[in-house]
Amino acid sequence: MSPHIVLRVGAKVLIPVILLFALYIQFHGEYSPGGGFQAGIIFAAALVLYTLIFGLDAVQRAVPPVAVHLLSAVGALLYIGVGVWAMFAGGNFLEYKVLAADPHLGETMGIILIELGVGITVGAVVISLFYSFAGRTREQEN
Amino acid sequence: MLMGIFSLLAASLYVLLDAVDVALTEAAVGAGVSIILMLGALVLTTSEEKVHDAKHNLLALVVVLITGGALIYGTMDMPNFADPQAPAHQHVAPRYVQDSVDEIGIPNMVTSVLASYRGLDTLGEVLVIFSAGVAVLLLLGAGTYRRRPRPPRKRTK
Repeated sequence: MSPHIVLRVGAKVLIPVILLFALYIQFHGEYSPGGGFQAGIIFAAALVLYTLIFGLDAVQRAVPPVAVHLLSAVGALLYIGVGVWAMFAGGNFLEYKVLAADPHLGETMGIILIELGVGITVGAVVISLFYSFAGRTREQEN
Repeated sequence: MLMGIFSLLAASLYVLLDAVDVALTEAAVGAGVSIILMLGALVLTTSEEKVHDAKHNLLALVVVLITGGALIYGTMDMPNFADPQAPAHQHVAPRYVQDSVDEIGIPNMVTSVLASYRGLDTLGEVLVIFSAGVAVLLLLGAGTYRRRPRPPRKRTK
């Protein structure tokens, strides 16, 4: 890539902060605005910034497309898995308060787990959308 | 660019309306990612549209006008802005506001409603997002074949 030194240094400073902010939004969503959806988008936006500066090949070496495709299914399965776990624990589908002895603890556990599932799926889907768009070359004009 | 400005203004408006969660989503999705995807789509398409000599479709115009008229007519029944008697403020919202902290045990009641009271809806949203991702993968491909190294040709001499 061309040596845009300001962009490269600036991005290297910004990207870890963006990733950390995404994790904060993810796991602090019970107390402040945010949750899995927003966290996934912000996580994906950090990778988009990385792609814009360092190119698609570099980011696909760091985050392989196969892993992204797998993760987008893993998040949804985690969500459904929590629901089924609640069924096995004696409640209804997605009834979190049976997950632990204390109903509040159960609710909090369930919410954190499904928000994690939402975050994984949303982030992975947005990254894979971006890969799909960015990985293609222009159609032949005829 | 106009899309980005619109999303940013919409996000500011949501903050003013005390809907910080929605504002965060709008800022991240509308002003951030969707612009990138739009630019990606613009790069992929050609710059001129195809010329086709079909006649104007009068039936389509009529259908569009009727649908639009019906939608505008539907907005007549909307409650007034900031009306405390609106149905959205009467049905289950007071219970969520009063009881959710005691029932769920976490302070952000938006998260409680999204993840616990309306958990099945959120599951549906996640599955919609997942299937949208799968559909784009089926239509556009994974974007990986481009960097596959070409197999070296063997000279048969």
